[in-house]
Amino acid sequence: MSSPVIPAPVISATATKPQRSALFRLNWAWLGVVPFFIFAFMFLILPTMTLVIGAFQDREGAFTFDNIARLNQPLIWASYKISLQISAASAILGGIIGFFLSQAVVGGGLPGWVRSSLMTFSGVASNFAGVPLAFAFIATIGFNGLVTVAFTKAFGFNPYRSGFSLLSFWGLTATYCYFQIPLMVLILTPALDGLKKEWREASSILGASSWQYWRHIAFPVLWPSLLGATLLLFANSFGAIATAYALTGSSFNIVTILLYAQIQGDVLHDQNLGYALALGMIVITGLSNFTYIWLRGRAERWIK
Amino acid sequence: MRKSTFGPWLTVIIGSAYFLIPLLATFEFSLRLKRDEYSFEAYRIVLADSRFQQSFFYSVTLALATIVVSVLLVVPTAYWVQLKLPRVRPLVEFITLLPLVIPAIVLVFGYLRLYNSSSIIPLTGSTLGTDLLLTFGYVSLALPYMFRAVDTGLRAINIRTLTEAAESLGASRSTILFKIIFPNIRASVLSGAFLTFAIVIGEFTLASLLNRPAFGPYLQNIGANRAYEPAALAIIAFGITWACMGLMQLFGGQRQSTSR
Repeated sequence: MSSPVIPAPVISATATKPQRSALFRLNWAWLGVVPFFIFAFMFLILPTMTLVIGAFQDREGAFTFDNIARLNQPLIWASYKISLQISAASAILGGIIGFFLSQAVVGGGLPGWVRSSLMTFSGVASNFAGVPLAFAFIATIGFNGLVTVAFTKAFGFNPYRSGFSLLSFWGLTATYCYFQIPLMVLILTPALDGLKKEWREASSILGASSWQYWRHIAFPVLWPSLLGATLLLFANSFGAIATAYALTGSSFNIVTILLYAQIQGDVLHDQNLGYALALGMIVITGLSNFTYIWLRGRAERWIK
Repeated sequence: MRKSTFGPWLTVIIGSAYFLIPLLATFEFSLRLKRDEYSFEAYRIVLADSRFQQSFFYSVTLALATIVVSVLLVVPTAYWVQLKLPRVRPLVEFITLLPLVIPAIVLVFGYLRLYNSSSIIPLTGSTLGTDLLLTFGYVSLALPYMFRAVDTGLRAINIRTLTEAAESLGASRSTILFKIIFPNIRASVLSGAFLTFAIVIGEFTLASLLNRPAFGPYLQNIGANRAYEPAALAIIAFGITWACMGLMQLFGGQRQSTSR
């Protein structure tokens, strides 16, 4: 900013005047977005950068790959693994169920109120995450939950006796689906709306079965939306912590809970290893989100 | 030829069962505090709890502060980008999507490294500073939603014509922004605001790690120590989310119908 635009001496004063005012206008236009960029720099970019840099530094601040290498230890490895499993399971299950629900209201010939209720409810349920969701599932399929008790009465055996637990892979996956399915419905319904009626009519006039229509027409158009949305769900549950923490306390070793414990009490006894742990999460959510954004671009080719 | 609607109905019924049973179970559970009879005792205890009132009030205040800051940040930026700087639009859009890419827990980890009490900007050194940091953190979390709501609102009105008309009548920049643009996109701003409210009110991660007495950490604390009150709180939280989404759709729908 301090280096001023000094006109070259050969140019006459009259010639520089419009040039300078043009420059001034340009700077003025840029000034309008400066607050936004300062905010983004201070509260989004810099905080992320400081962790990324920290992940490649040793205690004295010298460059090293050692922290990344030391991510390969049983506790951390296990936490990434269970996080990836739960995220994948809840994204795929949420994706499939969300697809069928969405398809049922878009192309199933159901009355209009079913669709509008589902969409409204999805808006609410996709935001009903965090701590209260954990409470709801404790009251439902927890040890004393309504469904657990009813199931025990009806079938004569307690699912908790045969190894089921809310504080387990399947328990957490079932809980996550409560916000994953509605999110899928919200993302996918516009895409399903974009499938033109004419395509289906044309294919059935030409003698295609329903399966052939889906296999050769609808699915090739839809797959970027389907895969993209599933990736978004994946990232969504990978970064989630509040529900899992409220369900299990710090006892369940998923990567967000491990990071939470690291931030609070340095459980890894190594700050820089903590930064590497965070870097691993950024890489995973970053990859799935950018693939989603890229796929969304592809999806828009057919579906407007 | 009419297709059978049996399959779609079955799908919707099974889906509804999955969504409604937890709500019913939670409600039933919340009424069971007294032995042998249903009562709203759990709700009474929760609502009378001073920590409930304080943490709820704190989070509402924080949500309102977040809404004010994000509106002041996003509306001028989105307006300016659409009007004068269409070339930086991809960059601005990319930045507004970053909070979806960076998990909240990672973001707050970065804040604690950057703004701790021994850093150059020791925001966490004082209560006010920490509250500010928490507000800015929430503005970041709400950025994708607020920006999209405002941006869609701006696209629906002709900001160029409005701006030029106002300029030719001698209006200043701030007059244009606050007296012309703002009232015209009020519905979109409100719909973004209600979504922001829903996100902030029960947020756990940031508030907990910045050690502030917000509603989210309070909920977690009750969950770890009580049996029936958490269920009552879950029903209350669901009601709040429902109200926010309802208001959001109300204003969102209004915007769509006026823009046609």
